[in-house]
Amino acid sequence: MNPLIPLFVVIPLAGAFLIMILGRFIRELNKYFASLILLVLVILSIYSLATTGENLSLYKVGGWEPVNKIPIGIYMVMDGFTVIVLCIINVIGFLSAFYSISYIKRYTAENYFYALFCLMVAGMNGVVLSGDLFNIFVFLEISVISSYALVAFGVEKNELEASFKYQVLGGLASFLILYGIGFIYWKTKTLNIADIKEVFNAGYDKSYYLFVQILMLSGFGLKAAIIPFHAWLPDAHSSAPSPISAMLSGVLIKAVGIYVIIRLFFNMFAVSEGMSVLITTLGTLSMVIGVFLAIGQWDIKRLLAYHSISQMGYVVMSVGIGMILVSRGARPEIASLAIAGGIFHLINHAAFKGLLFLNAGAIEYTIGTRDLKEMGGLAKSMPATSATSFIASMSISGIPPFNGFFSKLIIIIAAIMAKFYLLALLAVIVSIVTLASFLKFQRYAFFNKTDNKNENHIKEVPFPMVFSMVVLSILCVLLSLLAFPEIREAVLTPAIDILMDPGKYSSQITGI
Amino acid sequence: MIVYWLCFILFLVGLYGVITRRNLVKIAISLSIMEFSTFLFFALVGYIDGGVAPIVDPADPVKAYVDPLPQALVLTAIVIGLATTSMLMAVIIRLYRKYGTFDIREIKNLRG
Repeated sequence: MNPLIPLFVVIPLAGAFLIMILGRFIRELNKYFASLILLVLVILSIYSLATTGENLSLYKVGGWEPVNKIPIGIYMVMDGFTVIVLCIINVIGFLSAFYSISYIKRYTAENYFYALFCLMVAGMNGVVLSGDLFNIFVFLEISVISSYALVAFGVEKNELEASFKYQVLGGLASFLILYGIGFIYWKTKTLNIADIKEVFNAGYDKSYYLFVQILMLSGFGLKAAIIPFHAWLPDAHSSAPSPISAMLSGVLIKAVGIYVIIRLFFNMFAVSEGMSVLITTLGTLSMVIGVFLAIGQWDIKRLLAYHSISQMGYVVMSVGIGMILVSRGARPEIASLAIAGGIFHLINHAAFKGLLFLNAGAIEYTIGTRDLKEMGGLAKSMPATSATSFIASMSISGIPPFNGFFSKLIIIIAAIMAKFYLLALLAVIVSIVTLASFLKFQRYAFFNKTDNKNENHIKEVPFPMVFSMVVLSILCVLLSLLAFPEIREAVLTPAIDILMDPGKYSSQITGI
Repeated sequence: MIVYWLCFILFLVGLYGVITRRNLVKIAISLSIMEFSTFLFFALVGYIDGGVAPIVDPADPVKAYVDPLPQALVLTAIVIGLATTSMLMAVIIRLYRKYGTFDIREIKNLRG
């Protein structure tokens, strides 16, 4: 029993309600309060990252002990992979909340904003920590319902339209997931992921198994916006307020989409070759198509949103390569390298895409437009925004000293070593196209001269926004340290071990 | 077995509605149909022919109890469904105020 685990859900959940109540009486308090809550969570998650290591710790809600080694209560599980995603959620969440202190002033009803923000974080923490399928669904709904409301927060035409699209596709995804959970419960009579794994090990009906896998993949694929399911993402991510875009793109699609796909397909279903080829194909498609959809965009936030699809494609492709190798049972060291590349890129993407969306928000905050054609020459008047966005752009396009380079390098090396030469080539090409697209962003936004009349009025954004952007850009540089073997062993290896070893997760949970 | 197929067909009816209808409210209704077919499926999973409510009475041993867990899950899911539906309806009302129409073909600011 690890008493820290439920705090990740309880603190933001209680915070959301406190903000609603206190916000009625004390107007100035609520905005700092949200940042404070998330700061506590950041400290907790970094502490967990430092202490967890190879261990797997459990929290049994209500203290229900297993009967005959069959879990009957609700389990919350924390292992090496969970803590990494928890750190991403809470660090990006804290920086976005701190950024919002200045940014959100132009909207009304600030306390609703912070309450929804805390609810979203609570939901995502819950999804990541939950050890059984139905709680994944419940927490997923908590986080996506608050994100529906946050996307529509501006209540103008575009925001409402984007939110409607997001809700219809999100609802569809939720029902597919619920249907899949129903099917799994029908045959296995249990909802605990570890226990389901044990039941499946004893034997299953093949066509039924495939149907459940397809239901789960399409449901969570819709949440993760992998390419055939991506239609909602560019609208929703570009219409939301910028700190929320940073949360949606940087965290939400990972926590409720990619994380659950990886967790279920490695730790619950037996890794099969057909399914892993399908996942790799979907990942490659989103990587390639996403970047070509992005290149023609002139709205900065839409451009960034399409790049999110493309970068998530890298993660899914790399993890898929790892799955193919695991299913063949050959060369585990390359499989673990591929999965390491995927998880490393997942961490990096949170840092640089969060930063890019915050930059886009800063530009929109100062000059009031998101159209690249109407910008220009901002480098002189907004030095901090310009510098940080340069770091993020170089990071996402994979230029050496920054983190994006190392994760892409690992992915490409893993693909070559696994003899997927075409995928390695595509990854390089997509990276070059990404660079082109971000050079366009840099040139039009910061360096191009325009005859902007009110250029003298443009000045740097307030301190909280600058602070968040600078911290994230420092993270962009620091995260490249993860490429070094010693640090990688400490952080990434526990996560990979729990994914690679099919029996480890379930035997540890049912054995305790 | 046939009842499971009917339940899945109901799910597909809802999916068909979401894809083909042009009216925002009808899309919301189709989503609700999908939602309730899922709930129905859960209730069917727990159902046992001739089973009774799972209240154990030592004086009267009964062979078959229905499974109470899916019912608890459905109750939770209904509450979540209420939240999603009301959220969707709130956005639809706002959309109607902005655009003056429920027709999805005329609500197309976002493209590309």
